[in-house]
Amino acid sequence: MKSPALEIESLSFSVNGVSILKDVSLRIGAGQNWSIIGANGAGKSTLLKCLIRIHGDWTGKISLFDRSIREYSQRALARRVAYVPQPGGDQRFPFTVRQFTALGRYAYSGMFGTARADDPAVVNRAMERAGVEAFADRTLGTLSGGERQKVFIAAALAQQGDILLLDEPTAFLDYRQRAGVSRILRRLNRDDGTTVVTVTHDVNTAILAGGNVLALREGAVAWTGRAGDLTRPGRLEDIFKTPFRFIDDPVSGRRLVAPQEVSR
Amino acid sequence: MKRIPVVPVFLPVSLAVLLAAPFVGGGIDPAAFFQPFSSSAGAMIFWKIRMPRALLGWIAGGGLAAAGMVFQAIFRNALATPFTLGVSAGASLGTALTLRLGLGAMILGFSGLNLGAIAGALMAIALVYGLTRLRRSCTTATMLLAGVAVNFLFSSLILLIQYSVDFYDTFRILRWMMGGLQMVGYNAPMQVLAVVLPVAVVLFLLSSELNLLTLGEELATSRGMAVARTRTLLFFLVSIMVGVIVSICGPIGFVGLMCPHICRLLVGADHRRLLPASILFGGAFLVLCDTAARTLFGPTELPVGIFTSLLGGPFFLCLLLKPGRGGEPAV
Repeated sequence: MKSPALEIESLSFSVNGVSILKDVSLRIGAGQNWSIIGANGAGKSTLLKCLIRIHGDWTGKISLFDRSIREYSQRALARRVAYVPQPGGDQRFPFTVRQFTALGRYAYSGMFGTARADDPAVVNRAMERAGVEAFADRTLGTLSGGERQKVFIAAALAQQGDILLLDEPTAFLDYRQRAGVSRILRRLNRDDGTTVVTVTHDVNTAILAGGNVLALREGAVAWTGRAGDLTRPGRLEDIFKTPFRFIDDPVSGRRLVAPQEVSR
Repeated sequence: MKRIPVVPVFLPVSLAVLLAAPFVGGGIDPAAFFQPFSSSAGAMIFWKIRMPRALLGWIAGGGLAAAGMVFQAIFRNALATPFTLGVSAGASLGTALTLRLGLGAMILGFSGLNLGAIAGALMAIALVYGLTRLRRSCTTATMLLAGVAVNFLFSSLILLIQYSVDFYDTFRILRWMMGGLQMVGYNAPMQVLAVVLPVAVVLFLLSSELNLLTLGEELATSRGMAVARTRTLLFFLVSIMVGVIVSICGPIGFVGLMCPHICRLLVGADHRRLLPASILFGGAFLVLCDTAARTLFGPTELPVGIFTSLLGGPFFLCLLLKPGRGGEPAV
């Protein structure tokens, strides 16, 4: 087997004595598409943050292209792995879309913060690919949630990493914007060969994304496998500890989770 | 968004304020400007008394505005300034303590007062930052309360020192605590410049880092920045700058609050533009305040610190009451 882009071996992490991640192991091959699912508080976001050393005091081993990520400088890590945080209320930064996207080039800036000659071109291309060039000169605070989410993806693309980590990229978005973001991610993965790792609490998002799935339950790996196998009997019940019903979607040909009905 | 060019607009206006200020207050013939070495009364007042004073205000104001800007970036909060965070109080305590102990020795061109103030400023910022980290939340409330606590603590220690010294030193400390620029000669402005200029250059080179800090620790880390190291460096740089300014001019409040905030509205949030704008604006602002303080109630001269606080207090309240994102004041 080809050596993996990202290899996690018995990763554990705790905060103030409370264990958040327990002995998590995972191999993510270059160019693969992964979804990380699990209930609220299962450790999905924490796992992503460990991968880019926002959390640094974990135990275990995380290797990026066969080198421990502890051997990477924060800059070198940012040139390999880009991160899109969970959408939240405090992301209305006073920067314009272009300024914000250009901050994604930080890891490539020279001593004394000198920009590289190709920075403007890279920033333009990143904005174009994320579909935000139309509002390049507006500030983030004036954008809708979906537009802002695409801007965050644009800034991550400006990092030109091999791996893109996204935390709930389609949460809080309406149907059209959700489709837009999903389309961008699919293109990145299929056409550009970017390894995409998406955290989501929505099982249907993971099923429709295809690819591979890591399911976390209370900080430990509950299951890994192909997205299509998520709907096998008992599997989701085991991951989420709640009953599920399914419907077969004639268009995608996939079995999807039906909306939960409150028992009367 | 509107974008005012920084250097072509801010530099000439700021310089004009600096050069015009010494003329205010009368007694000066415009010709005095061209006779820096003349011994006429007008030339003496202009070049030996008022010009150094304006220059000191210009440099100190720029430094205080830059310091406020850096604290606002680090704490991601418009209310973070040397004054509100207790850094000025720390520098004051350091100065008062060195006065009390009579440590006047010069080390590397810095007096004991400078070094005492720097140490006090560093201690204050370490305390405030430690307190906000302890709560694991850098909300406005936590930060301001930590600043208030540090201010109270240091103020009472300063009072204790004042109580323990003789009448003459008490008055010296009290007068200096009001903040003032009444210096004769160019020693004081040059001493401040020797610190503010290099710090400003380094801050300019750290513009991208300051920009990233306003995005928050997690996002800055994910963009490849060594957040803890950069933050420590910034705290050191700014504490040294504030320490030296405070030890010479006293704790002049609210320059670091108002100037970066107004500049952010004028030139935007990008620190490559915001830093030079804040420095030039802050310099002109303090010179204007000082000119007003020494002429408005003439012949009595008010200490400029009282004047900036009278302006700054209401400004601070407006910022505090202005609804920002999520109930927090907008950065």
